[in-house]
Amino acid sequence: MSQRRPIRVLMGKPGLDGHDVGAKIVSMALRDRGMEIIYTGLHTTVEQIAQIAIQEDVDVIGLSILSGAHLPIAQKLIRKLKEKGLADVPVVMGGVIPKKDIPVLKEYGIAGVCPFSTPLTEVVETIFKIASTRKRT
Amino acid sequence: MSEKKEAKKYGFDWGLELKPVYKPEDLKAIEYEKDIGNPGDYPFIRGTFPLMYRSRPPLHRIYSGFLSGEDTHARLRYLFERGMTTMSIALDLPTQLGLDSDDPRAEDEVGRIGVAIDTLQDMEDVLKGIDLGKVSTNITINALAPILLSMYVAVGEKQGVGKNQINIVTQNDILKEYVVRGAWIFPPKPALRTTVDVIEYCAKEIPKASPVSVAAGHIRSSGANAAQEIGWGFEIAFAYLQAALERGMDVDQVASFITFTFHNKLNFFEEAAKYRAARRIWAKLLKERFGAKNPRSLLLRSFGGGGMEELTMQEPLNNIIRETCVALGCILGGVQGIGLCCYDEAYTIPSPEAQLIQMRTVQILMEEANLGDVADPLGGSYYIERLTTELEKAILAVMEEVEKVGGAVKAIENGLIQRICARGAYERQKQIDRGEKVWVGANKYASEGQEWDVQLHEYDPSIRERQIKKLNKVRKERDNAKVERCLQELKRAAESGINMVPFTLEAVKAYATIGEMTGVLRGVFGEFKEPAVF
Repeated sequence: MSQRRPIRVLMGKPGLDGHDVGAKIVSMALRDRGMEIIYTGLHTTVEQIAQIAIQEDVDVIGLSILSGAHLPIAQKLIRKLKEKGLADVPVVMGGVIPKKDIPVLKEYGIAGVCPFSTPLTEVVETIFKIASTRKRT
Repeated sequence: MSEKKEAKKYGFDWGLELKPVYKPEDLKAIEYEKDIGNPGDYPFIRGTFPLMYRSRPPLHRIYSGFLSGEDTHARLRYLFERGMTTMSIALDLPTQLGLDSDDPRAEDEVGRIGVAIDTLQDMEDVLKGIDLGKVSTNITINALAPILLSMYVAVGEKQGVGKNQINIVTQNDILKEYVVRGAWIFPPKPALRTTVDVIEYCAKEIPKASPVSVAAGHIRSSGANAAQEIGWGFEIAFAYLQAALERGMDVDQVASFITFTFHNKLNFFEEAAKYRAARRIWAKLLKERFGAKNPRSLLLRSFGGGGMEELTMQEPLNNIIRETCVALGCILGGVQGIGLCCYDEAYTIPSPEAQLIQMRTVQILMEEANLGDVADPLGGSYYIERLTTELEKAILAVMEEVEKVGGAVKAIENGLIQRICARGAYERQKQIDRGEKVWVGANKYASEGQEWDVQLHEYDPSIRERQIKKLNKVRKERDNAKVERCLQELKRAAESGINMVPFTLEAVKAYATIGEMTGVLRGVFGEFKEPAVF
């Protein structure tokens, strides 16, 4: 088997929410696990996120949303990824997400959801497993 | 039988290891008259005012706002009817970032985490029938403090309440937005000028205003320890103070207009010591470094509260107890105001019941338990006095570190504060995962498979349409030529460097939208480009 390059993660803060501690903590934990992180910075649109995903050839997209706008943003991003031919890039979401929204997010096509107060090790495992399902070259 | 040695570490993350018991020897180096003094006396360690809560009960800020002005007004009424004494208005993200409700970037966020404000009309709806001469109001607004301040002033004028009677707090602490929270629009330099515009305007026109509330609590919630919270908060405050002095204001004109918002963790002994130490440092530095003459300039006015990071999603009602600990730290520490989290905020913005419990928590502590009857009840305790002294040393060390790199603006520009903060947050999270930091019902004693369901606030997606309809009506009915003139004048003021607040007020009164006014400023100041630091 050929040497695989490290998993590349796009960590995104879509929408207007500026609370980025969670995104930074998860990024640091993923980096410690040997993954490469591309952080979008704040106030990004789903269009920008999809664009960066293409440019950086990422294996997984992580989104952190604390403003409550996770449902519409998830729906738009999944649609945008399909449009751009990135339907195979899985998306994992974290932030302030009520339990009842988790099945809805899954239905939209979000691969994993790690709501507020999920242990970091679990977040890292979730992202690692989901990213590993995508074939990398 | 020998006692079993436990693995648990006793101490605080700012470096103090705790002894099992504190004794008279811990007070040896402390002289009451010189180092401590009475409440209301320099250096104010025991309290800002002589009678403390007997003369001034703590204000309880209940951060409220969602959907439209009318929806928010109804919630404020609900709370007023149950004993609320001060307002704290939560704005939605488009408002905080200067976007009108019909802006495509605002699409998913209108009225979601706060009230949607597009024009003065919305503020009128929020404040309808509330006498602005009788109530104090906190508005968490930073980049756009001149606009929200102007809206409040304009509503007051319509009520016949003059600027000299209104009592308003604008957070107006833009520097911490570059560290945490992220509600910045402009680059730091013009943003800092905006901050000082508001201070200068209030110093001249609104004597009861608190134009800056340095919200160091946000930094605490994002990974800082208690010493860093106070140390960095003070350095940020000094940056505002310095900028105002450079504009020709006097320290005694500015100092009493700067207040603070801090966040507590649950150990209320540590937090009480924090407020005590902070008061002494503030008084000393204002006197010795800045040469303040007016005794009022030496008083640290602080609001204390809790950050969401202490809440758990699991067994959410336990959060009520956590916030009670936060409130205890505030009251025992002698704060002027309190703002707790609601138990359901790990899920979404709070329900009316959750807000009511938040308000009841403080009412019960103050009026049933009577915790405010005696000023500084912990004063003189071997433990608390020693803790206060140790924490003061740690705070001063943090301040020295920032001053070495040239102050808060430099320390934020070069990412020093952001880096330390992010590492602190990461470390804390690892402690939670390892079980070293206990979260009862979440990472310890968890009740597997058992769900506690609570009634949550529901968002109404029809708000955006409602809000756009209202906005279009205002645009149609206002004098558009006048709006255009006002916006031109605002632009000239922004370009020329004179105080922008009077021109903002005129534009607000002409019903210019937040997006229009911010658009003018974006054109003049440009937008901040964020570096990635962690």
